[in-house]
Amino acid sequence: MKSIKVTTALVAAGVLALTGCGSNSGSSSSGTLNIVGFSVMEQANQKVFAAFEKTAAGKGWQLQGSYGASGTERDAVLGGQAADEVHLSLQPDVAKLASAGKVASNWADNATHGICTDSVVVFGVQSGNPKNIQTWDDLLKPGVKIVTPDPGSSGSAKWNLLAAYGAYLKETGSDAGAQADMKKFMANVVSWPSSGRDATTAFENGTGDVLLSYENEVILARQSGQKLDYVDPSTSLLIENPCAVVKGAPKAADDFLAFQKSAAGQKLYVETGFRALPGVDVGQVSVKGANDPSNPFPTIQNLQTIDADFGGWDAANTKYFDETNGILTKLKADSSQ
Amino acid sequence: MSRRRLDRGAGLGLGAAMIWFSLLVLIPLAAIVVKAAGGGLATFGHVLTESETRDALLLTVKMSVLVTVVNVVLGTLIAWELVRDRPRRVGGAAGVGEWLWGKVRVVVDLVIDIPFALPTIVAGLVLLSLYGPHSPLGLHWAPTTQKAILVAIAFVTLPFVVRTVQPVLEELDTDVEDAAASLGAARFTVLRRIVLPAVLPAIFAGASLSFARGLSEYGSLVLLSSNSPHRTETVSVRLFAFIEQSNTESAAALATVLLVVALLAILVLDVVQRRVARHG
Repeated sequence: MKSIKVTTALVAAGVLALTGCGSNSGSSSSGTLNIVGFSVMEQANQKVFAAFEKTAAGKGWQLQGSYGASGTERDAVLGGQAADEVHLSLQPDVAKLASAGKVASNWADNATHGICTDSVVVFGVQSGNPKNIQTWDDLLKPGVKIVTPDPGSSGSAKWNLLAAYGAYLKETGSDAGAQADMKKFMANVVSWPSSGRDATTAFENGTGDVLLSYENEVILARQSGQKLDYVDPSTSLLIENPCAVVKGAPKAADDFLAFQKSAAGQKLYVETGFRALPGVDVGQVSVKGANDPSNPFPTIQNLQTIDADFGGWDAANTKYFDETNGILTKLKADSSQ
Repeated sequence: MSRRRLDRGAGLGLGAAMIWFSLLVLIPLAAIVVKAAGGGLATFGHVLTESETRDALLLTVKMSVLVTVVNVVLGTLIAWELVRDRPRRVGGAAGVGEWLWGKVRVVVDLVIDIPFALPTIVAGLVLLSLYGPHSPLGLHWAPTTQKAILVAIAFVTLPFVVRTVQPVLEELDTDVEDAAASLGAARFTVLRRIVLPAVLPAIFAGASLSFARGLSEYGSLVLLSSNSPHRTETVSVRLFAFIEQSNTESAAALATVLLVVALLAILVLDVVQRRVARHG
């Protein structure tokens, strides 16, 4: 009996020790800041973390990142994972944290509407663009193989599919026309990987002729020496990734968020392929891996936004991605039958 | 005195085993079932009638059954080769042949476990380079065909039957086989009547593990399967999508269905094994 009690005590002590590590204090001026981000942020954040730790506000703080698919990270934070700031792919993921009380309900009431990083949807193509993919219409040609992540499991896929829908809507002028084009588009998709990163990996290994992806993701892949090219289409969608401070986090979390949006922070993000937030002047930055490093971000002729062209995420999610009745959900489910 | 000490030790052992087992297995499994039940029967109905999920489930079960059958045959064969078969002495090259076979056997014995040791996402990447669009073998199966899924599941489940059958074969005394042979039993009869009954439980244990593992495989399929609805989408990928959409009720319901399928398979395999063992 005695040894059972001892064992129980030891186990209990162990559990307490483990859970004790997760707490953070609200008023200290040094410690660890836990940043929870969607997967693409992992490489981009390394330099931003280091730079912030060198600023006056970041002095004494150690930043620690935790990364995964946007929805997974959202659920992890909901489930109690230690987090001081979240930086996710889709606005609804942060909104869900807000409605659960993890994030202040007015998190988006600021100059950038709660957005920390911007990019656009581009076509990744195999080296030398052998199929000469230039426009959204090129994707509909018979025999063109498209790779795009699964909108069911990946936030980035929703950006991609909405960009396509928006482009076809603009071209055909009607929902019916856009849907007819999307049907052809879906029929050409040969692979629906579970995340944006998996899609890039599959594409680099020869799957498909076109990879629908974020501009920053493709530029980063090229910076890492991957052999693929990309094309900025003349119509695209502005990708806006939201960020917010978690309730009860130390003030340094607010400071970090401000640093991310500052010219210094944005410059570091730009170097890894993101587009600077509107109104932030990062000066002339040479971006390795861009088609033209000295002019890395050509103006997109028709740049649509989720708010102006799709009525915001709530409306778009219901109309296009509802699990049973979403337009794109249904088109996808029927695509290979 | 000694009797009491033994009892206490045994009790403690059982207690520790049950606590560990409960923490690791029973409580999480119960939590899944409770979560699924929270959505009511409607959730199960919805999950099972939705054609995309149903097709994913059928595909996964089909692939796992196929791979398990292959594993039972080839896994047993590999185990046999590793333990028993030695090349016959043919002419003068016999010495070299035997030496070489010995080396090959050592290497194969080591390599068999690699599917266990390798992170499955790496396995997926390796298999994609071998069976993908750039296949040096000319086999362009991945990621658009079901063959790619078969290859992935076969790869990650290969060691199960081999590693369950191998130790049994090693322990098996060849005297009985020799005796049977000396009494005039044909080679096949010896295999069927003496070797097979001894290794059968091991083969079926390996088959259960292999089937259950195949059912739940995710990592290697991430890159190797194109996840096209109704065609190459497996149930684990579908489940992941439910979780990402915060549809935890559906995810739990589907997980419960998978649990039931795995349990049924283990039951069926057990019954079949008893039947076969009885009728030889």
